[in-house]
Amino acid sequence: MIKALLTGTAAVSLLAGMAMAEEVRVYNWSDYIDEELLAKFEEETGIKLIYDVFDSNEVLETKLLAGGSGYDVVVPSGTFLQRQITAGAFQKLDMSKLPNISNMWGVVTDRTEQYDPDNAYSINYMWGTTGIGVNLGKVREILGEDAPVDSLELVLNPDNMSKLAECGVHFLDAPAEMLPMALKYIGEDPDSHDPEVIAKTEEVYAKVRPYIQKFHSSEYINALANGDICVAVGWSGDILQARDRAAEADNGVEIAYHAAKEGAQMWFDQMAIPVDAPNVEAAHKFLNFIMDAKNAAAASNYVYYANGNKASQEFLLEDVIGDPAIYPDDDTLENLFTTTPYPPKVQRVVTRTWTKIKSGT
Amino acid sequence: MRRFALIAVPYIWLLALFLVPFLIVFKISLSDTALAIPPYTPTLKDGFGALIQGLDFENFKFLTSDDLYYKAYLSSLKIALFSTILTLLVGYPMAYGMARAPQEWRATLMMLVILPFWTSFLIRVYAWIGILSNEGLLNQFLLSIGLISEPLTILNTNTAVYIGIVYTYLPFMILPIYAQLERMDDSLIEAAEDLGCSRLSAFWLVTVPLSKNGIIAGCFLVFIPALGEFVIPSLLGGSGTLMIGKVLFEEFFNNRDWPVASAVAVILLLILIVPIVLFQRNQQKQAEAEA
Repeated sequence: MIKALLTGTAAVSLLAGMAMAEEVRVYNWSDYIDEELLAKFEEETGIKLIYDVFDSNEVLETKLLAGGSGYDVVVPSGTFLQRQITAGAFQKLDMSKLPNISNMWGVVTDRTEQYDPDNAYSINYMWGTTGIGVNLGKVREILGEDAPVDSLELVLNPDNMSKLAECGVHFLDAPAEMLPMALKYIGEDPDSHDPEVIAKTEEVYAKVRPYIQKFHSSEYINALANGDICVAVGWSGDILQARDRAAEADNGVEIAYHAAKEGAQMWFDQMAIPVDAPNVEAAHKFLNFIMDAKNAAAASNYVYYANGNKASQEFLLEDVIGDPAIYPDDDTLENLFTTTPYPPKVQRVVTRTWTKIKSGT
Repeated sequence: MRRFALIAVPYIWLLALFLVPFLIVFKISLSDTALAIPPYTPTLKDGFGALIQGLDFENFKFLTSDDLYYKAYLSSLKIALFSTILTLLVGYPMAYGMARAPQEWRATLMMLVILPFWTSFLIRVYAWIGILSNEGLLNQFLLSIGLISEPLTILNTNTAVYIGIVYTYLPFMILPIYAQLERMDDSLIEAAEDLGCSRLSAFWLVTVPLSKNGIIAGCFLVFIPALGEFVIPSLLGGSGTLMIGKVLFEEFFNNRDWPVASAVAVILLLILIVPIVLFQRNQQKQAEAEA
């Protein structure tokens, strides 16, 4: 009896050990990968992939700082990554396990170094811009043929917004991007950390607030594609996905994306391994898998975001690499700005300002 | 010895499930934020002496410096109060109807009240998004019968929050009232009518007072969870819906300020203690009356 019990226990612990070694838990943004890639990874490596999604940097950061998140790979944006590195939330990557790192693109790694010096903790997954998505038909019907669809005037000028309200406008619920956008509109430094300057955004939004139907960071993809709303301030690839879904549905909705001509925010989503990740080995395998030229290309071809992988570019579809909304030309690139993380005191001002803007209190 | 065990068990229960978690939250509310894991300081790692010295009431003072917090508490109290009243108005007739229904129907009616619980609460709230949205079932129905010409904006407003709360907590109101009404002796009504009461005044003078305990229990069971509700306002409410559950979420997730979030939670608990104590008293009195 005792023998049987012992064997049983041994078998169970062996199974548990195997299960531990053969899984990797990835926490990524929603609508952000070609699911076939996930199946391909499991097939190639035999590692069980547990894939989970979020739609805000804040939620990810809270999980990381609480410790013991249980994830092996997470995907914060640059500014958040920088702060989380300071907090000691990540471990340095073991470059010897990442041979595909040579595929990465200098144009992007040079820029991500400001968040992650020497790119020691993270690799770039995707990058993009924050801009304006419009339902061309509806917006032109309301504002005329020369509607300023590539300008912040469209979404921050109350004259335009009061007319657009009837067909529905969504804004991102992401203060770290919406406040810099408003600062750009009034000619201030979008990366300002001065509370008085940040407070000026309140006035900008107060004028258009009544015409904004919702602040949300993922619903707008479907809402734009279905024609429920006609304007969204959102992330480039998400809006391009909406464009694609509408085209597939053939419902007469034509979506266009523009990075605002006044200047738009450029951001980088970086894959990193939490300091307490249970499966470090498998996490490296996943990062290396993502950095494979063909896999990175497959991901971009699916989500319509640019990646930081130079070698992948020959495998990209023409309507991805050739689309300036995804891979901006040099002129647009010059017009893009990046931001740095807010210190805690300023962060409180930013959140409070955003709450005031959203709720009017 | 047995006596001791009998007394100790509920207290250990209270200690493990209420007091210890509360003390942890209370301790965090006296700490400062830090860019670390966990994101506050001091922690036990710093040693007990440093831990005690590092605590202060700064965060509670902060809560009084910004009117956001008291507005959120007040608005939550208002929403919880009105939805409790609405739930009572909807729930009482249903409980009354169930208790008056023929004996053989009652089990079925009870089943119908409980049945929705078999589906996830989250899915049921999501379903309301589909019903209340501008292109939703309700608007399409009203448009098709010509009652309205423009879709009503209900989703993302406080109205939707009230609908969500009343819908979700309705069974908590119906069941205790039903339990009281079902036990009521019908001959009391007959006696009242024999003595000259109209049907309506018999209802007010006999039925309602006899179901008082059920009404009180139901109201507390709705009011207490509604006050701290987070899921319903965040899914059905708009950005104008101010509730303390949402403020707490924002402190925790957006500001990453666990100490202030904990201070908000401690005050919420203090506000809730009043109705909870009243509820307990009522339950006790009822138990004594029946004993």
